[in-house]
Amino acid sequence: MKRSVFTHRLLPYALLGPQIAITIIFFYWPAIQAVWQSFLLQDAFGLSTMFVGLENYATLIGQPEYYHTLVNTLIFSALVAIISLSLALLLAVQADKPLRAGGVYRTLLIWPYAVAPAVAGVLWAFMFQPSLGLLARGLREMGIDWNPLLDGNHAMTMVVAAAAWKQISYNFLFFLAGLAAIPRSVLEAAAIDGASPTRRFWTIVFPLLSPTTFFLIVVNIVYAFFDTFGIIDAMTAGGPAKATETLVYKVYFDGRLGGDLGGSAAQSVILMVMVIGLTAIQFRYVERKVTY
Amino acid sequence: MAAVTLNEVGKVYAGGVEAVKGVSFEVADGAFCVLVGPSGCGKSTLLRMIAGIETISSGTITIGDRVVNDIEPASRDIAMVFQNYALYPHMKVYDNMAYGLRNRGTPKPEIEARVREAARILEIDQLLNRKPRELSGGQRQRVAMGRAIVRKPKAFLFDEPLSNLDAKLRVSMRVEIKKLQRALATTSVYVTHDQLEAMTLADMLVVMNAGRVEQIGAPLAVYEKPATTFVASFIGAPPMNLLPMTRAEAEALIEGAPLGVPDEGAIVGVRPEDLMLPTGGARPPGSIALELTVGAIERVGPETFVYGNMARGDGVIVRLPGQVAPASGERVSAVAPREKLHMFSADGRQRLSG
Repeated sequence: MKRSVFTHRLLPYALLGPQIAITIIFFYWPAIQAVWQSFLLQDAFGLSTMFVGLENYATLIGQPEYYHTLVNTLIFSALVAIISLSLALLLAVQADKPLRAGGVYRTLLIWPYAVAPAVAGVLWAFMFQPSLGLLARGLREMGIDWNPLLDGNHAMTMVVAAAAWKQISYNFLFFLAGLAAIPRSVLEAAAIDGASPTRRFWTIVFPLLSPTTFFLIVVNIVYAFFDTFGIIDAMTAGGPAKATETLVYKVYFDGRLGGDLGGSAAQSVILMVMVIGLTAIQFRYVERKVTY
Repeated sequence: MAAVTLNEVGKVYAGGVEAVKGVSFEVADGAFCVLVGPSGCGKSTLLRMIAGIETISSGTITIGDRVVNDIEPASRDIAMVFQNYALYPHMKVYDNMAYGLRNRGTPKPEIEARVREAARILEIDQLLNRKPRELSGGQRQRVAMGRAIVRKPKAFLFDEPLSNLDAKLRVSMRVEIKKLQRALATTSVYVTHDQLEAMTLADMLVVMNAGRVEQIGAPLAVYEKPATTFVASFIGAPPMNLLPMTRAEAEALIEGAPLGVPDEGAIVGVRPEDLMLPTGGARPPGSIALELTVGAIERVGPETFVYGNMARGDGVIVRLPGQVAPASGERVSAVAPREKLHMFSADGRQRLSG
């Protein structure tokens, strides 16, 4: 690494200062607050506070609803990751071909990333709206009694569709870059070696994309776990009957709406541990690159 | 095994750039053909068209008795060695070599036998379990060759396969490629910009310039009788001295019978190795003499290059055996026998003498 020389002893600290201040104020401070809060029990009006140790965690672990939400989150995340990754890969492979106006096509595919989560949620909710929505009408014509307001599976389908759609652009960009990094001559060699385009994809392209794919799997899980709050809140608010409630949504629901600050803090601490774990995995493997 | 025939082959890119302009030649069954020319002359494009990874805009390419214009690269039964080797980075050496056979549904025991055989020929048996990134440049080159020979194709195509190797390795690989091609007797088309590689490898040399063929022939025939000034300066190092002259200037060089220079003048060429600097005034009869002022001298050991200037300003290179050379600033007379002279039309497109 390059070693910089500063004229003044304090200059490097001054330059790092703003970043450190932001990290402390917006990350470490709330994180510490959450950990402290998770050991406390507070009444709904905030009039009395009591130190209860690990009781909040114990309550959580004893709660069947918590496991229900955990399973929901896992299903939701897996579906979002699989759907958005595979569609993005399909689109990237198509966009990687020499196309007329390929630039326009690629730009249009990146746009959804700029849509705010809540806006995306509203858009999709409208399309899936049982009485007015375009997609809902199509589903009804196919003989499906579409009603995401009552049917939990329908609601889940809807939030998964919206969340996956929004992540496709991000994945698409990375896959496109990954594809561009594969030397053209390797693919030409495979063509001369008698591999059909499909076989070329599965035996050459897909394995060579594995570092990108692995990176994206981690990013997508993190996304589905934490960044889909807006979509869920705008579309279903976790309903019907908590069928689309994820761990992050439950933190908000129990703490903000339910007034159980201690329990909610305990949940966010558990989530924090999960993020740390996922990030550690990512750093460990991305640094070393997935070997092929 | 098969002959490769090109008939009026042309390539026009989408932007309207004409990379190859009506090229025709035939590589006989088992022959080693080298396409040589400066970068951008269309030689690689031509090779890629034979391989089928570049479309053919006009003309026909025939491999064996089949016109392959509309046939997929896989079905053309050729193998190609790329400049950057193009090994599959995620596969072991064994799998790199077996890939083409597996795609064609070759039975497993036969794949094993053929890969082992190729590995033995190329002396890479002990590398079969390694990944390409664990190999040196020369070893990767061998694996790339192995991948080509296991398939026993009708033709080998080489796209500047040695240009990523260091000078020493390049020479030894060059010798090996030649030996291998002789042993397998497979028709080969080899692209290079290196005239030394071209001269040493080819049975048949195709010199290209700006999308056109300048000359086709055996390497020594091309060296001895270059068809144009382009070929004259491209084949041979240092390049041939080319002196544009009027009729009077050219005829003044020679003693005895006139050279027969046309009215509009000509370009007179003489190779540096054909010039001598005789000591004493005795000049062999029927020779030409160029009066030079000696400039730079380069001694490379077995030979010495003398860079001189004629009174008119033209630079002339003389290649002398050994290390004896005149001093810089000295005036000398460079002499060449008449039969070593090359004469080209004034535009350089045509050979006039010999």
